[in-house]
Amino acid sequence: MADVIFPSGPVLAADGTPLKASLNRAMRKNRIRALLLVTPLFLFILFSFLLPIVDMTMRSVDNWQVGTLMPKTAIALRNWDGKEIPDEPVFAALVEDLAAGAKSREIGKVATRLNYEKSGLRSTITGSARKALKIKEGPYKEQVLKMNKRWRQLDTWTVIKRNTRPYTIGYYLNAVDLKYDKAGNIVRQAESRRIYGKLFARTFGISLVITVLCILLAYPVSYLLATLPLRYSNLLMIFVLLPFWTSLLVRTTAWIAMLQSQGVLNDIFVYVGLINDDNRLQLIHNLTGTVIAMTHILLPFMVLPLYSVMKTIPPSYMRAALSLGANPLVAFVRVYMPQTLSGIGAGSILVFILSIGYYITPALVGGTSGTLISNQIAYHMQSSLNWGLAGALGALLLASVLVLYFLYNRIVGIDNMRLG
Amino acid sequence: MALPAYAGPLETTWYYTFRFLCACIFLFLITPILVIIPLSFNAEPYFTFTSGMLSFDPEAYSLRWYRDFVTNTQWTHSVENSFIIAIASTVLATSLGTLAALGLSKPHMPYRSLMMGLLISPMIVPLIISAAGMYFFYSNIGLDQTYLGIILAHTALGTPFVVITVTATLVGFDHSLTRAAANLGATPTTAFFKVIMPLILPGVISGALFAFITSFDEVVVVLFLAGYDQRTIPRQMWSGIREQISPTILAVATVLVAISISLLATLELLRRRGERLRGISPG
Repeated sequence: MADVIFPSGPVLAADGTPLKASLNRAMRKNRIRALLLVTPLFLFILFSFLLPIVDMTMRSVDNWQVGTLMPKTAIALRNWDGKEIPDEPVFAALVEDLAAGAKSREIGKVATRLNYEKSGLRSTITGSARKALKIKEGPYKEQVLKMNKRWRQLDTWTVIKRNTRPYTIGYYLNAVDLKYDKAGNIVRQAESRRIYGKLFARTFGISLVITVLCILLAYPVSYLLATLPLRYSNLLMIFVLLPFWTSLLVRTTAWIAMLQSQGVLNDIFVYVGLINDDNRLQLIHNLTGTVIAMTHILLPFMVLPLYSVMKTIPPSYMRAALSLGANPLVAFVRVYMPQTLSGIGAGSILVFILSIGYYITPALVGGTSGTLISNQIAYHMQSSLNWGLAGALGALLLASVLVLYFLYNRIVGIDNMRLG
Repeated sequence: MALPAYAGPLETTWYYTFRFLCACIFLFLITPILVIIPLSFNAEPYFTFTSGMLSFDPEAYSLRWYRDFVTNTQWTHSVENSFIIAIASTVLATSLGTLAALGLSKPHMPYRSLMMGLLISPMIVPLIISAAGMYFFYSNIGLDQTYLGIILAHTALGTPFVVITVTATLVGFDHSLTRAAANLGATPTTAFFKVIMPLILPGVISGALFAFITSFDEVVVVLFLAGYDQRTIPRQMWSGIREQISPTILAVATVLVAISISLLATLELLRRRGERLRGISPG
């Protein structure tokens, strides 16, 4: 080996370039090739999914209406100190903007937007806009003040000035039961109007109950499946997988057939004499219905991870504990259960994430007491058309899901997610 | 875990109590699905067992609701829609997802975990939020109430499953096989179809099945994006439950259960094939 001559300079590849550079080039090529394979899907997801989500989140802070549709008023109010009703120039601008808005029929958007902040302003704005068309000359202040008593209230002007800004946190305040008071400070909503806090609490509460129920029901079943010989457990697994693969609407329909007052369960109760025919149990269109149906629907998501964890625990551990003198209960609690914690964690987060965003089942079997935050989002999307508030509620829900998902990723790792 | 011969009375009691408990839970899981099958043959327009059904009077059973299902144009149209949308989005999702999974499994993939997180985000974000976002965005660009809009939305929702299953199959993939193919003169395309594809096929198929069932079963996005013409089966069931409860939805539900049983069987066969190929035999 003595006559091997090491080149004095850098190691060269066959084509005479330094090996390092050549390697780097090859690596870069590989990286680009890998990126190119991912790019189509990435672009697709970006346009069909991520941008819509971002768009929805932007809607929750977007506040274009007043600034765009009442531009002159916005400028005139810029130097207003907020201590007393503004002066003539502001009113002149207001009349001009209102008249323009009435002509272009766009003023309704301003009216709706301001009505979210101070209820009653919708009719004030639309009414005054109609009247503003008839005003030919000044002084404007006097004529406007006569139109509606709200123009004489200081907080009307505070609200308008605040909403000339292009962005608002008003929807978020609304979504967490806060509001601006007359002086513009952030305070809690009146007791009777605090609905979203309760709704979030209920959503999290129901999800927690469902998660706990799922753990309680899934644990024995997974244990049985994991300890039975494979040919029996494969057969019993069908009981878990069939519901898992059955359409969500089918399962919800099935629960309606089971739980309604003339349904199967009540019939059985009447038949065995548990209750009499006149006071059948109200099991559906309330909280009970949501909890039962959702527990059933989400149970497989708990059984599958628990089963796969329990499958890896050697039965000899329990036998060792028993032979070392632990009684079966102690052995189970101190030896077996700690080993299943990762499975419980994975299943719980999965079930919890799925249930806080659930829409279909609560909407169909939940009645009014069993609906969740997602039903309220749908309501604001489709019925009340308060899209900003829908966006804010959605963004808050999304944020909580992402936090939970982050936890899931830390505990389980998304690569270890098993399907089917 | 058979009961050992030396078990005392306490253990025997616990053993049978435990078995009974498990039986109850299995019953809870399966009963609702089984109950709708006989109910769908009800001769009366009720959602419940009539006294005739309970005494097995043949008169009380009929195929009336199945007849309604196959003759009512609303239902037949929704079946067509469901298949058109599900097949189109499955094809799209499977091809995009498989390509991306190939890229993600390359050892040199930069920003791998960030990419993975973004690509599977449609699976994590609650459906109502996806639907809300898509509703605004797609109406702005004129894609609401079109087949294309729903197909694109369902493709987005289906791709994470393809990415996950195919990536999982690629975990044990021997990359020297591709190099060997290239060395023997195969172009990348030939190598993909002749070498890689046959090996990852089970993952691709089960990913495609997941994508199909996701689209076939999806109703939230359809509720927001679809017009009257694009109503799918779940959408039709939704209005069936909300507006006029007729046992036709039970007949449809039974058909869907039959479909899911066959899907389940397909997946099981694929799993067994995979195990056989890898030399793992079920115990």
